[in-house]
Amino acid sequence: MAVTTASAPAAGVWGTIWQGITRSTSGFIGLCLVLGVLIFSFVGPLFVDPANPTDVTKIWGAPSAENWLGNNHEGKDTFTQLVLGGREPIWVGFVAALITVAIAVVLGAVAGYVRGRIDHFLLQVTDITMTVPFIVLMLVIASFYRTSSPLVVSFIIGLVTWPFLMRSIRAQVLSLKEREFIEAARLQDLGTARILFVEVLPNMAGYIFINFIIAITNAIYAVVGMYLLGLLPSTADNWGLMIQQAWDNNAFLLPQAAPFLIAPMVMIMLFQIGLVTMTRSLEQALNPRLRDR
Amino acid sequence: MIDRTFDTAHPEPVTVPGPQGDSPGHGETTEPVLTLKGAQQIFRTPRGDVPAVAGVDLEVRAGQVLCLVGESGCGKTTTARMAAALADPTAGSVLFRGKDVASMDRKERAAFRRSVQYIHQDPYASLNPVRTVYSTVSAGLRRHGMVKNHAEARRVTAELLERVDLTPAEDHLDKYPHQMSGGQRQRVAVARALAMNPEVIIADESTSMLDVSIRVSLLNTLGRLRDELGVGFLFITHDLAVAKYFAWRGEIAVMYLGKVVEQGTTPRVVNDPRHPYTEALVSAVSEPDPDLAHRKDRIRLREADIPDLTDLPPGCDFHPRCPLYAEGDCDSVRPPLVRSHDRLLACHVVTRG
Amino acid sequence: MNDLPTDPGTDDGALLSVRGVDVGYRTGRRTHVTAVHDVSFDLHPGQSMALVGESGCGKTTLGLGLLRLLPRTGVIPSGEILFRRKDGTRVDVRTLQKENLRRFRWSEAAMVFQGAMNAFNPVLRIEDHFVDTFRAHENGRRRPRREILEQSAELLEMVRLDPARVLNAFPHELSGGMRQRSLIALALALRPQLLILDEPTTALDLLTQRSIVERLAELREQLRFSMVFITHDLGLAAELADRVGTMYAGRLIETGTTRDIFHRSRHPYTSALIDSVPPVAGDLHVPESLPGGPPSLHALPPGCSFAPRCAHALTDCDLTRPTLDVLVPRGEGLSHAAACLRSTDAEIHAEGVPR
Repeated sequence: MAVTTASAPAAGVWGTIWQGITRSTSGFIGLCLVLGVLIFSFVGPLFVDPANPTDVTKIWGAPSAENWLGNNHEGKDTFTQLVLGGREPIWVGFVAALITVAIAVVLGAVAGYVRGRIDHFLLQVTDITMTVPFIVLMLVIASFYRTSSPLVVSFIIGLVTWPFLMRSIRAQVLSLKEREFIEAARLQDLGTARILFVEVLPNMAGYIFINFIIAITNAIYAVVGMYLLGLLPSTADNWGLMIQQAWDNNAFLLPQAAPFLIAPMVMIMLFQIGLVTMTRSLEQALNPRLRDR
Repeated sequence: MIDRTFDTAHPEPVTVPGPQGDSPGHGETTEPVLTLKGAQQIFRTPRGDVPAVAGVDLEVRAGQVLCLVGESGCGKTTTARMAAALADPTAGSVLFRGKDVASMDRKERAAFRRSVQYIHQDPYASLNPVRTVYSTVSAGLRRHGMVKNHAEARRVTAELLERVDLTPAEDHLDKYPHQMSGGQRQRVAVARALAMNPEVIIADESTSMLDVSIRVSLLNTLGRLRDELGVGFLFITHDLAVAKYFAWRGEIAVMYLGKVVEQGTTPRVVNDPRHPYTEALVSAVSEPDPDLAHRKDRIRLREADIPDLTDLPPGCDFHPRCPLYAEGDCDSVRPPLVRSHDRLLACHVVTRG
Repeated sequence: MNDLPTDPGTDDGALLSVRGVDVGYRTGRRTHVTAVHDVSFDLHPGQSMALVGESGCGKTTLGLGLLRLLPRTGVIPSGEILFRRKDGTRVDVRTLQKENLRRFRWSEAAMVFQGAMNAFNPVLRIEDHFVDTFRAHENGRRRPRREILEQSAELLEMVRLDPARVLNAFPHELSGGMRQRSLIALALALRPQLLILDEPTTALDLLTQRSIVERLAELREQLRFSMVFITHDLGLAAELADRVGTMYAGRLIETGTTRDIFHRSRHPYTSALIDSVPPVAGDLHVPESLPGGPPSLHALPPGCSFAPRCAHALTDCDLTRPTLDVLVPRGEGLSHAAACLRSTDAEIHAEGVPR
C-alpha cells in the first residue's frame, strides 16, 4: 500500500543504520555509551601520564581528590590505569570480530552460492572448527607460546569463532540466490564473483554489521576471560589484567581497593550494554520483518 | 482496417509493417529466432510426476509477438523459463537461431544468454533493492565491455531509460527501487533487458501487477520496442484483454494443463474462439461496461474445478469440464493439435466438423 | 451507550451512513499520514457498491476502517460510521467498545479478505473455522458441534462446494477458488447485513473468478445482504455493482449508479480509468494511457489532487479543491455526484455523449 512505501527509509544502508539507532531512546543511549567508552579509552590517554609511576606510599590507597579511584597494590593510580587499559581489549575485540566476520562472510557466501563439492568441503571444515573447544585450545597455545601481542590474540579468537556466523550467512545466501533480482543478474551474464559480492552480499549488509558488533562483544569477553584465567601474560595496562591482578592480590577483601576491582568491570559492562542495546535497535531497523511493527 | 486502428496507439508512425502486415502471424518468410520443439518439463515429486509442460512447439520471430495465455498451472511460466534456458526441458529442445541451446559451447551460450532476455512478473522482486537504477541497468553494459568508461555508461543508460519512457532520464539514474512506483520499476527492468540488445524478450506476466492505468502505457512502450527495434516477444499473460491488445498482429497460443489447445492469429482466436476452453475463457471476461456485462452469453462448464496435474483424466484433458463433450473419442483419445479453421486446434468435436 | 436513538429526521433507512470519515496511520511517535479524507456516503439495504481506484488510493484502508479492522497503527480521527443493526438501533461503529465491536463484526457486517490463504489459520481444518465463528457469537447456550457442522454444510453448499470434501480439509489442501468460496460461506455464516469484500477475485483465475462472481450475485438475490467491494478490476465493478464510488488520493471523487460511472462519468479520473481498460470483445479498441501516478499522501497538492495528471485541468484546479457536488439527485444514496470543477462543463462533457 502507498502508506508503507511512502514511509520507507529514503537512504541506503548507512542511513537506515543511523535512523535505526537514533529513532529509539534505548538505541540512542546505547550509542552514547559506546561513544563515551571509546572517547574515554582512546582520547583519555592523551590527558594522563602514560608511565603511571608506582608510589609505595599509596599502596591500596583509598579514593581521594588526587587519586579519584584510589591506588592499586603497587601504588599506581587506578583511574589512570583505567584510562590506559581500554585500548587493548577494544582493539582485540575489533580485530577479532573483523577476522571472524571476514572469514564467515567469504566462506559462507561461496558455500551458499556455489553449492556442490565446494559447499560440502567448506561445511566439513566449519563443523570441525565448531567442535574445537576454545578454552582448551587457548590453554594449549598459551603453554607453547607466551603470546604477548594483542594482534596474535585477536587472530586466535577470530580463527576459532567464525563457524556459527558462517552457517547463518550461508543459509541467507541460499535464500537470496533464489530471489528474482539475482536471477535477473544471472540472465545478464554478470559473472559469479560480481553477482555474489556486488548483488548478493550488500543485501545482507545490515545483518553482517549486527553480527560484527555481536562478534566484538564476544571477543572482548573472550580476551577478558583469558586474562582472568591467566592464559595471557601480564604486559601493558588492560582491563582484563586489572581484574586478574585485583583477584590475585585479594582486592575483594579490602574495601578501599574495591574501585580497582569494580571499575574495569563497570567499564566493560557499560561498553557491552551500549553495544547490545544499539544492536537491538539496529536489528529493528534493518530486519524488515521487525521494522513494520 | 486492423492496422489503422492499431497505429493510433502510437504517436509516431509504425516503421516496420513488414511481413506481419496484412496476414498477421504468418510471416514464415523470416526464420524463427527462438524455437521450442516438443519441449517438455516433468517435475518429479513425492506425489508423482507432474507434467507441467507436456510437449509444446512454439516459434518466436523477430518483431513479432507470440502470446501464451491460460490459467495458473497451465504451464505457461514453465514454458517461458525453458525458452529462456532458466530450466532445461526434460525432453524436446530449445533452439536459438536453429541451434540447440543444450549443445552450445560456452561462447554460443553467452551470446544466447544475452540475446534472449526475461522480464519477471514482480518489479518489486526483480530489482536489487540496494542498487541504483544506473547501477542495475549499466551492470551488463560494463561487464561485457559495451561501454568504454563511466561517462559513456551513464550516457547509454540514460538513453535506455528514455527508450522505455522514463523521462527525464537524469532524474531517475540515481534513484533506488523503493523510491519508484511499480510501473517505473518495471520500466527499469525493461531497460535492463534492453541493455543486452536482445532479439527476443520473454515477458512473464510483466504487466499483471501494475494498475490498469499504468499497464497500457507500459504495453505501448513494449510495442514500440517490437516495432522500432524488431524485438520478438514471447508474452505470457492470463489477461485476455492484455493479450489481445499487445498481440493483435501476432499470435496467441492458449494453454491448458501443459498443452497448447488452440493457437492462431490473435483476432481469430479472441474474436472467434473455436476450442471450447478458449470460448469459456473469452466468455468469462468481465467487460468494463455494465450493459455488455449483463447481456453477454456465458458458457457454463460442466465442472468448475481444474483437474490435478498428477491425476489427469484420460483422453482430452478438458473433457470433464467441456460443454461440447460427446461420447466417443473425448474420454479415450488425446486430441492432436491439427490445423483447422485457420488455426491449430486440439479438439475432437470442433475439428471433426 | 453508543446506541443512538433512531431519529426520523436524519434516518432515511440507510443501512450504513458514513459521515466525514478520515482514516490515518501513525508513522512515528508524533507523525501520522491521513490515507482517507472526509468520506461520506449512504448505503441502503440490498445495494452493492464498488469502490474503485488505483492502488494506494485508500480504498482498502476505507474498507478496513468501516469495520475497524485496521492494523494497530490505524486510527479514525474523525467522522461517524452509523450502522443500522438487525434490531433497528443505530450504532456508531467508530466508538463501539471492544466487546460490542466483536459482536458487531461478523453478525452484522463481515469482511472477505484479499488473500484467502492468510484469512484462514493454516493448522485448523475448515470445519474448525466454522465452529469457532459460531461459538464466538452464541449467547450463553452452547450448541452441539453436530448442529453447527450441519449448518456449515448448508453454507458451503450455498457456494457450490462439496461439504464432505471441504469441511474436513486444511486450507492448503483447497484450491484458491475453493478457499475464496469457503471464506465467503464463512463470512455469511451469521447472516450479516453487510459484506465487505477486498479484491475478492484478484488472485484467481478467470474461470474461477467467473464462478465466484456468479455465486455472489445469486447469493445477494437470495439473502439480500448489502455489499461494499473494493476492486481495481473495473469489469468486476461493472458486473457486480449497482453503484460505484471512485477514490483518488484518499477521497471519494465520484459516486453514482454503475451506468452513471461507466456511461456518463463526470470526473476525468474515472473516465481515464475506464478508458485505460482494453475490452476483449470486438475489434481492437485502443485504450488511453493515464500517465503518472497518484500523489504522495504526504504531499497532496493544494487544489484538486488529480489536477497534475488531468488532461482538462484549468489554473483554478491547482488552487481550489472541488467538493463532491450532486449532479443528478436521486434517493437512496444513488445520486450522481462528482468532485470536479468542470463536472458540468459542456466543453469536456459533450451533449449526451459520455466517454
